[in-house]
Amino acid sequence: MQGHVVPKGIYFVIFGSLMALTALTTAMAYVNLGQWNTIVALIIACCKATLVALFFMHLRWSPRLMRVVLLSAILWLAILISLTTTDFFSRDWTPIPESWESSLLRPPTPPGNLLNQR
Amino acid sequence: MATGASDLEGRVHYLNADYGIKSWLLTTDHKRIAILYMASITFFFLVGGIAAVLIRIHLIEPNGAIFEPGTYDKLFSMHGIIMVFFFMIPSIPAVLGNFLVPMMIGARDLAFPKLNLLSWYVFMVGGALCMYAVIWGGVDTGWTFYTPLSTTYVNTNVLSAAFGVFIAGFSSILTGLNFVVTIHKMRAPGMTWFRMPLFLWAMYATSLIQILGTPVVAITLVLVAVERLFHVGIFDPAVGGDPVLFQHLFWFYSHPAVYIMILPSMGVVSELIACFARKRIFGYSFVAFSSVAIAVVSFLVWGHHMFVSGQSIYAGIIFSALSFLVAIPSAIKVFNWTATLYKGSISYQAPMLYALGFIGLFTMGGLTGLFLATLATDTHLHDTYFVVGHFHYIMVGGAVMGYLGAIHFWWPKITGRLYPDGWARLAAAIIFIGFNLTFFPQYMVGYLGMPRRYAIYPPEFQVLNVMSSAGASILAVGYAIPLVYLIWSMRYGPAAGPNPWGAKGLEWETPSPPPTENFEHTPVVTEEAYAYGAKEVSVG
Amino acid sequence: MADSHAESALAHQFEDLEQQHEAASLGMWIFLATEVMFFGGLFAGYTLYRNLYEVGFAAGSHHLNVTIGAINTAVLICSSLTMALAVRAAQTGKRNALVAFLILTIALGLAFVLIKLTLEWRVDYLEGLAPGLNFDTVKYSKSMELFFCFYFMMTGVHALHMVVGVGVLGVLLVQAWKGHYGPDRYNAVETAGLYWHFVDIVWIFLFPLLYLIGGRY
Repeated sequence: MQGHVVPKGIYFVIFGSLMALTALTTAMAYVNLGQWNTIVALIIACCKATLVALFFMHLRWSPRLMRVVLLSAILWLAILISLTTTDFFSRDWTPIPESWESSLLRPPTPPGNLLNQR
Repeated sequence: MATGASDLEGRVHYLNADYGIKSWLLTTDHKRIAILYMASITFFFLVGGIAAVLIRIHLIEPNGAIFEPGTYDKLFSMHGIIMVFFFMIPSIPAVLGNFLVPMMIGARDLAFPKLNLLSWYVFMVGGALCMYAVIWGGVDTGWTFYTPLSTTYVNTNVLSAAFGVFIAGFSSILTGLNFVVTIHKMRAPGMTWFRMPLFLWAMYATSLIQILGTPVVAITLVLVAVERLFHVGIFDPAVGGDPVLFQHLFWFYSHPAVYIMILPSMGVVSELIACFARKRIFGYSFVAFSSVAIAVVSFLVWGHHMFVSGQSIYAGIIFSALSFLVAIPSAIKVFNWTATLYKGSISYQAPMLYALGFIGLFTMGGLTGLFLATLATDTHLHDTYFVVGHFHYIMVGGAVMGYLGAIHFWWPKITGRLYPDGWARLAAAIIFIGFNLTFFPQYMVGYLGMPRRYAIYPPEFQVLNVMSSAGASILAVGYAIPLVYLIWSMRYGPAAGPNPWGAKGLEWETPSPPPTENFEHTPVVTEEAYAYGAKEVSVG
Repeated sequence: MADSHAESALAHQFEDLEQQHEAASLGMWIFLATEVMFFGGLFAGYTLYRNLYEVGFAAGSHHLNVTIGAINTAVLICSSLTMALAVRAAQTGKRNALVAFLILTIALGLAFVLIKLTLEWRVDYLEGLAPGLNFDTVKYSKSMELFFCFYFMMTGVHALHMVVGVGVLGVLLVQAWKGHYGPDRYNAVETAGLYWHFVDIVWIFLFPLLYLIGGRY
């Protein structure tokens, strides 16, 4: 016996959930949550992706190795993003020594902004 | 161990199973594909080598002996691009890996033979594009394609070179994918993970890097091309982009890429040391795990190429610490190989000379890497010839010697012929001498401050440069000699028999050259790897 | 899989069908891992610049049509359903269902690309929002231009993957029509399905990250 045959009912339930979550994420954009809007949207996206991976892509019934492959890819992407952003967001941590303040050298424009723009 | 030439006649094996150019160009036999790759990468090595020869001749004079600075820039760029992407990265994986992975695990072929052939064609298309770039005037950005030089300020063949590399990257990904699936799913009965030869662990680790890293450089080169073509500026400061982002994305792949270049050679060295010391590798599991550890940690250190690029010093500290960490598994391997040699029954055939050369030269190259991983010293050494010396010690003194050792070790299996070992040892010695004479002066001249990628240099560095160029000419002779006797051996060499070295491993339990299906029956493995001194295992 | 239909579905390098099936699945999952890293480079750049230029990126995002984006998301989710049902039809040997579901999946995929081209990209071009072509640097800020660089790159690479997927499904459709697939011989459909679902997952992330920046309140 090769792959697992999934009952159609499960597919339709997952489909319904995905549509509902899409509607939810769209609706949430119209609600003012400030900084939380992004986080909520990403959490919903992760839920949707998990549903697709587990059920449509059969991860729930696949050998553990496939899950390891997917999780490794996600981990590696996290490494790329996190170490890269560590650079950019610690660039303005370096303090300017006291004696320089009186010189003509001025510290760069507001932190993190390469151009002084809105 | 040589038997008569009649050993080869009358028997059907993978080389004579089918004739004609179509049988080679449409083959799905992993062994034939390995030979296709071997021919291709030899060609690219010659192209990259010619560029190197021209560079070394030019640098005999402080004001440059032959070329304009613009042309010189193109020479070192093409040398780097061709050597890195079209020789070093494919070398052992695509030639020895393709040939040996199925045989070492007792399989009939790789998991996806047609993908394997596709990967060769993709490689050739990428190579053709880069050759077009070479012929049509070259690229002068360095193999690193830094922005904004490559996107905005040069009018050389960046697009075709970048596109060629992009395409060749898919070849690398497909090979890695094939190896991982094959090693996971197609091991012979009894071949547990910890009975696999260490070469397979090395190929597995290399494949992990190929799979996870190459796509990032692929998308990065696409971004460079898009910015160049459409002025869609991800890296363009004029719209708020940051050129250093390119360096992050580029080096995220290109640092692990250097481990793609060295890990397979390390796997080879494990095989050679075990065979020619007639001893099981000391600390087998340490060596196996260190391969995977190198593959993983290699992805955490890329920022050490960017210490003086404007990267934040805090990121620099993190990357520096992690770079020290990545040296540890490599050191573990060197200690284990040395411990294997202790009280071993050592013989000095050509492959062993290459393996011993590897250990010494790789150690030197690795130690100089520590100077470069240290923030303070790197500030002075970055972009000097010290760096050039460092990576050539590892890539040429290490990886290329590993490749040559592998070719010499498995040549009898691949061709069914023996080559003259006397000439092989002479060539190895010439290569060793020529190599050190070429690259040791580069450490010195770099430490003294000579910048890399400069067409001219201050006159006080001339003596060391001339030494380096003299060494290069000796090295060239050393590389030419094996070409001669190996090709000679294909026709006139004595028949090798299945196991001329008396080595352990499934690939040695099948005739030389092997039949197309590799084994008469699927082998069953009952003993550990490198069971030197133990009873012979019976093949299925 | 080079054998003719009448002969065994087992390729010569494998011992049995189960090994072949597991190898095919593992191979596709590893390929999808490479795709994660391929798109990942774009996501890395996006993450960086979005945090540097929050205002400009939000302004750019507000020029995108959320309704169309949501509809396209729904289209892709439907296509994932039909694809999953197609794989199931192949597994259970139902040729007609397989053909029908493949046709539906292809149609939905083409619909997605068509909507994108005509109702989104074309409109963006007409509004002077296409970097490299006609981006209106007077009307819009530089960081908005950067946003649209990412928007077109990310949706463009995604659309390219969709088109390739549609092409692959087309090939499968021809084979399915000929009755080539069955319970012992459906690896191609399943691995194509994995690819298709992955492209859907990429869009599941692209939608909030591109269309819903800064909220619509």
